[in-house]
Amino acid sequence: MEAFLLQLTACIATGGIYASVALAIVMIYQATHHVNFAQGEMATLSTFIALTMIQAGLPYWVAFAGTLVVSFVMGALVERLIMRPVQHAPILTHVGVYIGMLLIIGNLTGWVFGYTIQMFPSPFEGGGPMLGGLFSAHQLGSVAVTLAVLILVYLFFTKTSLGLAMRAAAYNPRSARLVGIRVDVMLALGWGLAAAIGSVAGMMVAPIVFLDPNMMLGILLYAFAGALLGGIDNPPGAVMGGFLVGVLENLAGAYIVGTDLKLTVALVIIIGVLVLKPSGLFGRVVFTRV
Amino acid sequence: MLLEVKNLRAGYGPTQVLFGLDFAVAEGGVTALLGANGAGKTTTLRAVSGLVRPEGEVLLSGQRIAGLMTESIARLGVAHVPDGRGTFMELTVEENFRLGAYTRRDPDVAADFARMWEWFPRLKQRWRQQAGTLSGGEQQMLAIARALLLRPKLLLLDEPSFGLAPLIVRDIFAILRRIREESGVGILLVEQNANLALDLADHAYLLETGRIVMSGPAAEIRQDEAIRRSYLGY
Ligand SMILES: Nc1ncnc2c1ncn2[C@@H]1O[C@H](COP(=O)(O)OP(=O)(O)O)[C@@H](O)[C@H]1O
Ligand SMILES: [Mg+2]
Repeated sequence: MEAFLLQLTACIATGGIYASVALAIVMIYQATHHVNFAQGEMATLSTFIALTMIQAGLPYWVAFAGTLVVSFVMGALVERLIMRPVQHAPILTHVGVYIGMLLIIGNLTGWVFGYTIQMFPSPFEGGGPMLGGLFSAHQLGSVAVTLAVLILVYLFFTKTSLGLAMRAAAYNPRSARLVGIRVDVMLALGWGLAAAIGSVAGMMVAPIVFLDPNMMLGILLYAFAGALLGGIDNPPGAVMGGFLVGVLENLAGAYIVGTDLKLTVALVIIIGVLVLKPSGLFGRVVFTRV
Repeated sequence: MLLEVKNLRAGYGPTQVLFGLDFAVAEGGVTALLGANGAGKTTTLRAVSGLVRPEGEVLLSGQRIAGLMTESIARLGVAHVPDGRGTFMELTVEENFRLGAYTRRDPDVAADFARMWEWFPRLKQRWRQQAGTLSGGEQQMLAIARALLLRPKLLLLDEPSFGLAPLIVRDIFAILRRIREESGVGILLVEQNANLALDLADHAYLLETGRIVMSGPAAEIRQDEAIRRSYLGY
């Protein structure tokens, strides 16, 4: 029982990581209706930038905020400089560009920061084990951060007119332009926000898995499974999906398939959702009446 | 003149569709653009709102708008209800309203919402419903309301009767008449149903394969023998 509970808390902590990367994927999807395969590499690069700021002596939360800003600008620039020129190209071109970015950003990170595995500090250290020793302070803290980001994103998309305009631009770019929305600006904003959210995920996962240029490789697959499971157009659903995948992955790894086949679990979830319920468990079914 | 168009040419890639149109919409007036399927009516509206690239002159209250981006033309006061209506199907009626008024920062937005509810009471009943679940008539009403919430000087309407039952078409044209009287917005109306269009319009142009072949006051066009036979059906 004790072992099972420990297993479960580990699930929730890794689930929180998947949830925040899933949220970043859904953000890009909301803004562009594409899935950015390079999301993980962008997050890793952001985390290295955060580490550089911390090593330069900045307090953790200052470095955290600085990383959000730098990542936002980086995401917006990627949209402007890389995605904009191919925006009318066929879908396969986009997939090619995403994969190219994945490789380039990954290699760039390795080239600039090196391939040695590095420690990354947690802002929640020193609290010791909590809730009867089930959770570490960092696990609890990172879950709290993930939920806070989710709530902010949710409020942004539903309550602010900028958030509404971003959704409108993704759903129907032409109509969005007809009501005066600058669709190109909305796309850049969407990429910026997604990169910022991804950087939070990177900074939360790095203390657990340690930081190296390939840190996000496996995580992205789980996060993608979570996003699909929860509904690719639904931010709260993506977060739930991320936590669910965390639980399934760990429990299946511990009790059913063993750790070797853990990654297969993510693939099975991805294919299962695509085949059985493409809108996801919590995805909104869109009604269209003609 | 609210809208003056001179020698307007436009097309899609290598295919030219419009071959030098001249037409105008008076301040607060309704101009109808008639013509058979494929004549270029939709393309004309797209050229005015910048959805396709126009050549020639397009003047809105004397200001050149040809070549500006669609979103800038919208901000200058041109609201386009495109063919297929262009409502945001996935969003609620309320969100469509908010998007209609997206560019506005004036304090009258709330009053304009109330005005739309008065003109289109059914939209108020559907307030929190997804636009995709509305009936065709309600969607057309939503599209018009969304366009008017921009507080445009000029409203471009592309076949508001398309695909709707006759009774609903009558309702919509009754509302358009009211809008014309109460709001002072100028309207450029594209319609296949020439009878309806000529009832509402004060001026009309007849388009054939990208050229204007006849124009004049709506009442005169209505009397024209050729028009009666080919477009009015009596
Ligand atoms: N998106 C498009 N791409 C290429 N050709 C088009 C497009 N839309 C319309 N056309 C062509 O332009 C011509 C005029 O079409 P349109 O303006 O839609 O006419 P109308 O609205 O009067 O029926 C037609 O020959 C049509 O095939
Ligand atoms: Mg048409």
